[in-house]
Amino acid sequence: MDEKRAYVFVDHDKPWRYEEDGLTVTRGSAWSGPGCHLGCGVKLYTDEEGALVKVEGDRENPFNQGRLCIRCLDLPEVVYSDRRLLHPMKRDRADRGKDVWQRISWDEAYDEIEARLKDIRERYGAESVLFMQGTGRDIATWISRLAWSYGSPNYGFPLSGLACYLPRVSGMYSTTGSFWVCDCSQEFPDRYDNPEYEVPEVMVLWGNNPIVSNSDGFFGHWVVDLMKRGMEIMVVDPRMTWLGRRAALQLPIRPGTDAALALGMLNVIVNEDLYDHDFVDKWTYGFDKLAERVQDYPPGKVANITWIPEEKIVQAARRFATAERACIQWGLAVDMTREALPAIQAIAALTQITGNIDRPGGMIIPPEILFYGGGFGADLLSDEQTAKRIGLEKYPLLKFGFATLQPDEMVKQMETGDPYALHGMWMQTTNPLACMGADPDRFYNAAKDLDFIVGVDLFVTPTIMALADYVLPAATYPERDGLRIGDGPQRGETINKVCQVGECKSDMEINLELGRRLNPDAWPWADVKEMFSSIIGETGYSFDELREIAPAYPQYVYRKHEKGLMRPDGQPGFNTPTGRIELWSTQYAGAGLDPLPYFEEPEPGPGSTPELLDEYPLVLTTGARNWGMFHSEHRNIPRLRALRPDPIIEVHPDTALDLELRDGDWVWVENQRGRAKRRVQVTPVLLDPRFCSTDHAWWLPEEDPEDLFGVRDLAINNLVPWACGKSGFGSNYKCMLVKLYKVEDGE
Amino acid sequence: MADYGILVDYEWCTGCHTCETACQMEHHLPVGQFGIKLNEVGPYEYAPDRWQLAYIPVPTDQCDFCAERLGQGKLPTCQHHCQAQCIEVGPIEELAKKATSKKKLVLFHN
Repeated sequence: MDEKRAYVFVDHDKPWRYEEDGLTVTRGSAWSGPGCHLGCGVKLYTDEEGALVKVEGDRENPFNQGRLCIRCLDLPEVVYSDRRLLHPMKRDRADRGKDVWQRISWDEAYDEIEARLKDIRERYGAESVLFMQGTGRDIATWISRLAWSYGSPNYGFPLSGLACYLPRVSGMYSTTGSFWVCDCSQEFPDRYDNPEYEVPEVMVLWGNNPIVSNSDGFFGHWVVDLMKRGMEIMVVDPRMTWLGRRAALQLPIRPGTDAALALGMLNVIVNEDLYDHDFVDKWTYGFDKLAERVQDYPPGKVANITWIPEEKIVQAARRFATAERACIQWGLAVDMTREALPAIQAIAALTQITGNIDRPGGMIIPPEILFYGGGFGADLLSDEQTAKRIGLEKYPLLKFGFATLQPDEMVKQMETGDPYALHGMWMQTTNPLACMGADPDRFYNAAKDLDFIVGVDLFVTPTIMALADYVLPAATYPERDGLRIGDGPQRGETINKVCQVGECKSDMEINLELGRRLNPDAWPWADVKEMFSSIIGETGYSFDELREIAPAYPQYVYRKHEKGLMRPDGQPGFNTPTGRIELWSTQYAGAGLDPLPYFEEPEPGPGSTPELLDEYPLVLTTGARNWGMFHSEHRNIPRLRALRPDPIIEVHPDTALDLELRDGDWVWVENQRGRAKRRVQVTPVLLDPRFCSTDHAWWLPEEDPEDLFGVRDLAINNLVPWACGKSGFGSNYKCMLVKLYKVEDGE
Repeated sequence: MADYGILVDYEWCTGCHTCETACQMEHHLPVGQFGIKLNEVGPYEYAPDRWQLAYIPVPTDQCDFCAERLGQGKLPTCQHHCQAQCIEVGPIEELAKKATSKKKLVLFHN
């Protein structure tokens, strides 16, 4: 084993597992599913029968400092939900959609799935099987290895334009060689008290309401902690939120116009000479070309595009650029526009030309154990098989270190069989018909003729009901061991099993067992613990050791780019071809893309298709989070459902008056592609009467399974096409034109 | 035990419902019953760019200040888990002294 790496530790009063008043307490991390992928520190309480009876936040864990949201507090009611999948099941391919499952043993399931996958590999080639995952459960590592060791290059997730986090991650890697997050002291176990840490003077919350959404390694209430310590915030959001109400400036943006706003702010910063000359000269590439490009975006023009008053755009740019320390916490809204990469590039440039890079209270780089976008075991795949990855030819940017296929091309290929036919699909904890899939009817029709489909999940979802031939019951996080090596701050932490429900197995156990059957050499480990130890081998710690000492913080240093810590060659600078932060991207140019940021009107939209406004006068954004639900989860958990019983569409009071809609009315939300049913909430939080906002990922677990739990009428993605940006990244999930009209009796 | 109270700093309460759910789970309360219940005031715009939007959790008759947890040397579960760290449970006399230390504090003598 390698020498033990130097970490900074937290003082623990007690071992990782101890007894307290007749209960056993186990310390560890939380990780989806159920719930999000932040990895909060939790204490899991089990009784003498081994049942999970209570969850508390771990006050010794610096990440959340004892705090928890309602989804983890309510964990026992998810774990013991009477709707859980408890054992493997199968049904005949001809019975897809019918509630006619037959219980089988794990051995039968493994044997039969192994035989089918081997048969498909032999007949049609391994590339004809798709390996799909959903949201950021900690399974990318294992499912990518399963795909590649089987021989298929086609690992990914069924989301148009890969429009969740990967655009931001790949955009950042392409132009800077690293990924960047706001410095909220999360890299230090002593947090805000760390002597090297400085509170940002200004934080911009851009297309993100982190206190509710808790996205991607960013514990939302850190923003509140920092506001208490004097930080000012600016909010870019079409809705008035709690944070917006407390912001120094609220920018009520028209959904989908983020790139224009960023370019307009850059225009002000460049033309008023507010940028950091020293940083720009020393560490960036292509500033002059960027300065020229932003001349196309004067604030007056940007005001017309974004519907934000010009003076607010100017004011925001000045405030941001003149702050001593500033950072931008951005959200999914940035990924969920079709031309996401140029939007990301423009927003990032705001932090770059102001020199808020790699320093306290600015944008920083979380240390990595595994490269986030890289998967595990790409070397298992031959060059010949790698070249068959779907979308690689059309979207060359995917070649630069990213492991996934391109989902829009995938759907096309499922339909056409061009350049080769697809035959199988492994869906591990993904629910595309309810949640991430665009145009779910199209996805369903493309998938329904595949020869062989397996689903792995916590519950029977609409997608499993519609499509799966085999279904395997997955464990929730208290039912499994795991490593917290996902996104965000890469602390060394473990997820620790405390209970067992039915015959459920963890994703990792399932992947290991099936992987071993399909390609024994690629899965040499006796059990998952050995597999975890192998992954973290470079740290010098085994899984059991890490569990005891966790959380382990890598020693964090600022100004890595000055110290030669960013590049493999040890030279100062950034890990890009030019060694600089590329405001003009050599990698985009190499992939045939515009090397500079630009704005393109979302289409359809008020700017691109004004002729549609008579029919569809409202601008809809989707997917704003609510407290109790994570994506398509939690509709079947009564305590959490009580806080959000129905799928809501927020409608401005003026618009409601015009349309004669009242609170609680059921409406159809419709565009030229399709419609979805929603319940009206009249609220002034929409900052323009033309805006409306609705939930995503609804299904009704209490409804008829053979009607797919009502998902066909509820899927807001009925309105969203499979259509991505020029780079293969980005898709318009959060900006479209719609009309509303009342649901008739009996509909 | 001295009289206890709950001091809420509603400048910072974000309305996350954590206190409600933590309490329900600690005290095994059914859905719909609360030891502490969140209230929303707003949102509405009362002048251009001036918004009222605040949250205030209010303890109910079912709140026992987590007497059992206090006996074990633990914080009451609402205070322990509060994401905005804006709830403090303690002897009423002590909290009364703190209640004037800043604006937007409310003290419940429950």
